[in-house]
Amino acid sequence: MSVLVYIESENNKFKKSSYEALSYGKALAEKMGVKVSGLVINCSDAESLKAYGPDKILKIDSQDLNEFSSKKYAHAIADVIKSENVNVVVLSSTPDSKYLGAHLSGITDSPFVSNVVELPESINPLTVKRTCFTNKAFSLTELISDTKIISITSNSYGLIENSNDSKTEEIDIKSIDSDQRILNIEKESGSVTIADAEIVVSAGRGLKGPENWEMIETLAETLGAATACSKPVSDMGWRPHSEHVGQTGKPVSSNLYIAIGISGAIQHLAGINSSKVKVVINNDPEAPFFKAADYGVVGDAFEVVPSLIEKLKAR
Amino acid sequence: MNILVCISNVPDTTSKINFVENDSKFDPSGVQFVINPNDEFGLTKAVWMKESNNANVTVLTVGEQSVEATLRKCLAIGADKAVRIDCPANDAYSVAKEIEAHCEQVKYDLIICGRESIDYNGGIVPGLIAGFLDYNFVTNCVNLDIEGSKATFSREMSGGTEISECQLPLVVGSQKGLVEESDLIIPNMRGIMMARQKPLDIIPAQGINPKTNDIKFNKPDPKSEVKLIKADELDKLIDLLENEAKVI
Repeated sequence: MSVLVYIESENNKFKKSSYEALSYGKALAEKMGVKVSGLVINCSDAESLKAYGPDKILKIDSQDLNEFSSKKYAHAIADVIKSENVNVVVLSSTPDSKYLGAHLSGITDSPFVSNVVELPESINPLTVKRTCFTNKAFSLTELISDTKIISITSNSYGLIENSNDSKTEEIDIKSIDSDQRILNIEKESGSVTIADAEIVVSAGRGLKGPENWEMIETLAETLGAATACSKPVSDMGWRPHSEHVGQTGKPVSSNLYIAIGISGAIQHLAGINSSKVKVVINNDPEAPFFKAADYGVVGDAFEVVPSLIEKLKAR
Repeated sequence: MNILVCISNVPDTTSKINFVENDSKFDPSGVQFVINPNDEFGLTKAVWMKESNNANVTVLTVGEQSVEATLRKCLAIGADKAVRIDCPANDAYSVAKEIEAHCEQVKYDLIICGRESIDYNGGIVPGLIAGFLDYNFVTNCVNLDIEGSKATFSREMSGGTEISECQLPLVVGSQKGLVEESDLIIPNMRGIMMARQKPLDIIPAQGINPKTNDIKFNKPDPKSEVKLIKADELDKLIDLLENEAKVI
């Protein structure tokens, strides 16, 4: 019996959400009284994982897995599930990990529960708390199977250091045929992505036009935050679609979400509600967002935002 | 070309969410049900492909009789045929298994499901179907082009877009971007009349046991009142974020 955490990496660096998944996996394994392994695919930085306490670091180095492929990665993990006698696979909630998790669930015929926000209520049967109804409710969900897969919502559990002198084991995998291949990857220019961000600065129609976004970008840069926008703003082409957050856009579960000139339509709130702390800046005191926010400033964004930037820089 | 679009029947976004039977079941009373928005982007794309790829479009839902109104709406939007697999949609696993069984009987070149439903938000069904059938798979799909038996497509990834190709069959998790919100088809009177004549087949279920079980729902604790900070006292906001919320 064991817990396996898939450690996602990009450009030979682990993602913060993977350290969070490993922190969760370590605590889960302790609760279950079993060992936890971290699975690393084509990343040489295994040392940094030891701080989060895996009993074993399993390394796959394979040309065949140089490009991300949900099918090939899922088959590699399926092999490890068998060889390591894994009961629970823990994933982060990045787009790649959720893509992979769903495919792995089909390939291994095992249940997958995503959007998990806390350590399990019970181990047998494994019962986890997850968000549902687009953050309007939580569900306690049982997983009924020998092998189970869960993914942890970003920033819900946090990073917990728990240093261990982990052994590293190299493992070989069978190569899998697939005619699906990547032709090109177009990277966005922004330095922080919405999925990985701890702070998101988001703006809406209240900004009046795309030419006014410079102050939003400056505020984001000052805070090390990602930028996002409301649906009307992306529909009007003021900002790229990739910045649209909300029910039909990207989900946000940052530690801090700052909404500027966004009224707070229910579809928008649905997508950002799992963010921990919400700040709203709006000149309309009746904007519905004030009901969903923790902190609010009633004021003109064109005065409040530059002043906020100045004060943050002066800190 | 045969396209299957899997439809989830979900509460409208503005619905009040309540639970019954000791908080173990969703309460559908007084709730308006709609086509899951992520499925509707996929359905619109499929209807376009009737013209561009000479495609035949089937919509499918796993559910009880009450979901038929949603299937009729899909027919009015332009699907050719509807299938209802007759059992409650208990969990992602059992729903995907039912769809797999149907796809073993009827071969589809392209299977489209929303990237996730807006009720249970799992985002799991398309991956399960692809895994069960050993078909190619892409989710968060924002562009799709099919020529002959080759598909070229893009998916939104963390911080960018990935463009790939593969041979059909393919399972697609659809979302906004595959078509735009302004592209969504609002059924006209003719579409609604024609939908009444189109076939809606009811298929008996396989009776697959679910592998997950929602035992209790609860709603988040009511939010404490927003703390308002005066626009000329932003130092106070920074202090609260730093020392009270501890997020900067």
